[in-house]
Amino acid sequence: MAGLELLSDQGFRIDGRRVHELRKIQCRLGVFSQADGSAYIEQGNTKVLAAIRGSKQKTLHDKVLVNCQYSMATFSTGERKRRPRGDRKSQEMTMHLRQTFDAAILTNLYPRSQIDIFVEVLQSDGGNYCASVNAATLALIDAGIPLKDYVCACSASFVNDSPIVDINYLEESSGKPEIIVATLPKSEQIVFLEMNSRLHEDNLSKVVDTAVKGCKDVYQILDTAVRDHVSQVATVHGWEN
Amino acid sequence: MLTTKTFIKKTKKGGILKIVREHYLRDDITCGSEICEKCDNKSARPLQENPVNKSDVCKSPHYLIPDTNVVLHQIDVLEDSAIQNVIILQTVLDEVRHRSAPGYKRLKDALYNPDKHFYTFYTYVERQPGETANDRNDRAIREGVKWYHNHLSSKKMSVVLVTNDAENKRKASEEGLNVFTIHEYVKSLRDSSSLVDRLAQSGQNVSYRDKVEFPEHLSLSVIQKGIKSGKYVQGSYMASRENYLEAYVSVHDGDKMIFIQGHMNLNRAIHSDIVAVEMLPEDEWSCPSSLVLEEKEEKVDEENIEMEDEKVKKRKIPKELQQPTGRIVGIIKRNWRQYCGIIRPSTTRHLVIPAERRIPRIRIETRQAADLASQRIVVAIDSWPRNSRYPNGHFVKKLGTIGDKETENEVLLLEHDVPHSNFSEAVLSCLPKLPWVITEEDMKHRQDLRHIDVCSVDPPGCTDIDDALHCRELENGNLERIDMVPELLSSNLCSLRCDVDRFAFSTLWEMTHDAEVVKVWFTKSVIFSRASLTYAEAQMRIDDKSMNDNITKSLRHLNKLAKILKRNRISNGETNSMVEEFMLLANVYTAKKTLEEFPDCAMLRRHPSPPPSNFDPLIKAAESKGFKMDVSCGKALADSLEKAVIPADPYFNTMLRIMATRCMMQAVYSDIIVHRLLAVCIGADASYPSLTDKHKTQTLCNNLNYRHKMAQYAGRASVNLHTHNALQILIPKYGLEGTLRVHRHVVKQYSPVFHRVIVQISIDQSNVQHLKLSIKLVEPVIPGFSVAPAKKEEEEDGPPRKKVKT
Ligand SMILES: [Zn+2]
Repeated sequence: MAGLELLSDQGFRIDGRRVHELRKIQCRLGVFSQADGSAYIEQGNTKVLAAIRGSKQKTLHDKVLVNCQYSMATFSTGERKRRPRGDRKSQEMTMHLRQTFDAAILTNLYPRSQIDIFVEVLQSDGGNYCASVNAATLALIDAGIPLKDYVCACSASFVNDSPIVDINYLEESSGKPEIIVATLPKSEQIVFLEMNSRLHEDNLSKVVDTAVKGCKDVYQILDTAVRDHVSQVATVHGWEN
Repeated sequence: MLTTKTFIKKTKKGGILKIVREHYLRDDITCGSEICEKCDNKSARPLQENPVNKSDVCKSPHYLIPDTNVVLHQIDVLEDSAIQNVIILQTVLDEVRHRSAPGYKRLKDALYNPDKHFYTFYTYVERQPGETANDRNDRAIREGVKWYHNHLSSKKMSVVLVTNDAENKRKASEEGLNVFTIHEYVKSLRDSSSLVDRLAQSGQNVSYRDKVEFPEHLSLSVIQKGIKSGKYVQGSYMASRENYLEAYVSVHDGDKMIFIQGHMNLNRAIHSDIVAVEMLPEDEWSCPSSLVLEEKEEKVDEENIEMEDEKVKKRKIPKELQQPTGRIVGIIKRNWRQYCGIIRPSTTRHLVIPAERRIPRIRIETRQAADLASQRIVVAIDSWPRNSRYPNGHFVKKLGTIGDKETENEVLLLEHDVPHSNFSEAVLSCLPKLPWVITEEDMKHRQDLRHIDVCSVDPPGCTDIDDALHCRELENGNLERIDMVPELLSSNLCSLRCDVDRFAFSTLWEMTHDAEVVKVWFTKSVIFSRASLTYAEAQMRIDDKSMNDNITKSLRHLNKLAKILKRNRISNGETNSMVEEFMLLANVYTAKKTLEEFPDCAMLRRHPSPPPSNFDPLIKAAESKGFKMDVSCGKALADSLEKAVIPADPYFNTMLRIMATRCMMQAVYSDIIVHRLLAVCIGADASYPSLTDKHKTQTLCNNLNYRHKMAQYAGRASVNLHTHNALQILIPKYGLEGTLRVHRHVVKQYSPVFHRVIVQISIDQSNVQHLKLSIKLVEPVIPGFSVAPAKKEEEEDGPPRKKVKT
């Protein structure tokens, strides 16, 4: 019978969003006191926790070593299965995250030290990479590590001749093209770009633009969250003015 | 940009998978009415301020909101121009989409049609504990009606819920809503008699005293369990064209066919339904009767179902002929469409005899029966109750007077499911405006080949001009061949008519004189065909030594190359001829190129090897004249056909070849897609995202295969090779072929395969739906069967030669 209609004629997606609308994003900074920095983010039903720890090491003398650890909770997907740390998908994701943040952290400020970024996906509904990047950015900010800019990530796809932004699991698994972008929103520099499945080059720039626009929207939300958090902390410590 | 939305999680449980989906509820959805001042007025507002109102039951201006079943069963009424300003709730749209693909398509067409003033409105109602999905949907529909009721009440605009569900109707009126059944509503409309005819009868408790009782259909859940346990099998139901009491079910996985026989076993399945079958015990297995049975024209005898079934059962079937036989226990999916037919009026109920022989008669109710008697009409089936001899249906539309050329054409197209209705606005807007000229934009991606002398040659019996050829000698001594196929099939715009500029898809070859391909490339082009020749004209030009123009030279080169190519291919073991030779070459190269670029979604045409049993009639026929047919491979067959010649009888070989062709199944063709894919590989077109989508290609392919098959049926009537009581007669003089029904013992006695006979031909007009060629035997004289020759003169200008085969 009829398969899923990813985009209705009236311009609505399966979950009721229009093409250019992000899922609802909610986030909190400083969720753990033990870690040097931490953050929790929900993008729709995708929920990610990130924590930062700094330490000394001796391998690199001119800059900091960025280390990542990405994992998914056993209960994070519909199908419950054990996900050992070292599985290929996690390793790949770990590498992608390290590359992304290596490009964004002002690494030469901390020679002979190491920054560990721990990311745990608690619930997965598409866009794991994006939510992980966004959570890690918030955690790094919470830890007070100087960044060139926020790193914001967002995905996009192409359905019925129309780009759609921030795709959820259903849209992700439909076999349609998927573009994942991480940017430094102020300078609009792309620090990471990945594409899955096939997309004709004529449509590529449209879809990338959509994803980049999505990153900017994510940035607005993250920035508000950071400012709220800072003013809250300031109030608690009596630092107003 | 992010509108604030609350969201609700929907949880579904199936197996061990737990799916959590979120759903964003919107507050920016508009009501779509021109009259409204509350909603954002920038969005579309198809619902009119002053809807035409002819209803006597609801005198105030109003919009209609139908429920799902009304949409599914009464789409013919909803499509009528009298019904306008309808709100389709999202719940209804979703349900229709899941339950009927054709229904969904028709509903969408109505939604797109600006004259219909249809509007889709989104509602979301959470399922309450203990509530079934159906109850939830009914409640969602009532909520939608209520919302509109409150939203528009200040504007004096009413909304009317249309539902035939008694419970839903009761609840709606308790909630103070306007609610009617579709029958109440339509009958209340002024000047609506034709619309009333189009009302489907389902749910109207029509019962006829037919004294039949078909076995009950099993419910879907029982069927599913049965299929899982292996008790039942699922397959597509294919009614026999020859015998209305027989059918096959083609089992979905695997090539198995299950034979079904008799009214009770067929159990109200209709051609192309998806059904569940239970196998009969082996001692009840049967086989096709090979008797060409047609349903009795005359009276409908209430008892005759059982009698007919009894008669079938009494036949003794030799063990070796028995085929796996089953009975239908349930219908998984109905695949009813609309059927053309003619009405046979009677006093109380009217039977429509469909033009398609595989469809049973359909009973309809109409008040205009006398008026319809001379017409070809379209009807739809609504239901087939257990106690009814025939399915119940309703009248949809008139096509025109019987025998009228336009009408008959329409019937042919409709019956073979060749889409021909008016294109939607969306499609038309894609077409270039007429008069059509080639613009610079068009030329950007195209090679201008207008200076080349191209001509088209039609294979015999082909009306679509769709291949143009050209061949010229290059300066280096090699030959350049060009093969052009119009970009889209058919229509004035695309076919390669001569003396006009046309877009084409060209394949260019550089070949040596020995037909070896040096180079091949593809391009989109503009061509200008100098002549469109028939096969005979082309041959004439080739033979006429005095003609030496470019086209003729071109043809001679082509002819020479074709011969070489053919020889090469025959030694590889394939049969084919002439123009096809080049089309084939073009296809081979196109396939290679496409496959290279699109490994996932290239569509290749494959000639599946026909199963050897297909050739049985051919082998038997040839044996009767002492020739052996080797069907082990294409080459062997070609060789044996080559050898089977009776010098005194030149038609013998022709007839054998005709039989051979019939035995081989025609393959699948999917020109348009191949063109598009090829266009993408050579960078001439932006790709359509759906084109590179495997699943869409697959669906498209299935559709193409189906269309192709149907077009073939439309093109030529299928010939039954398996009857034992009829002779196939070829009349070379008129290029006609016909069936002569004879008694079995006549066949035995005269063993007339490939015999020459003299027959008398006339048109049998007794059944206006199927004008038949009637053939009567004149010679050899068989007492009590053959007829006296009609006119002497006919024989004098050369007696038609006839061949027969069993
Ligand atoms: Zn409104």
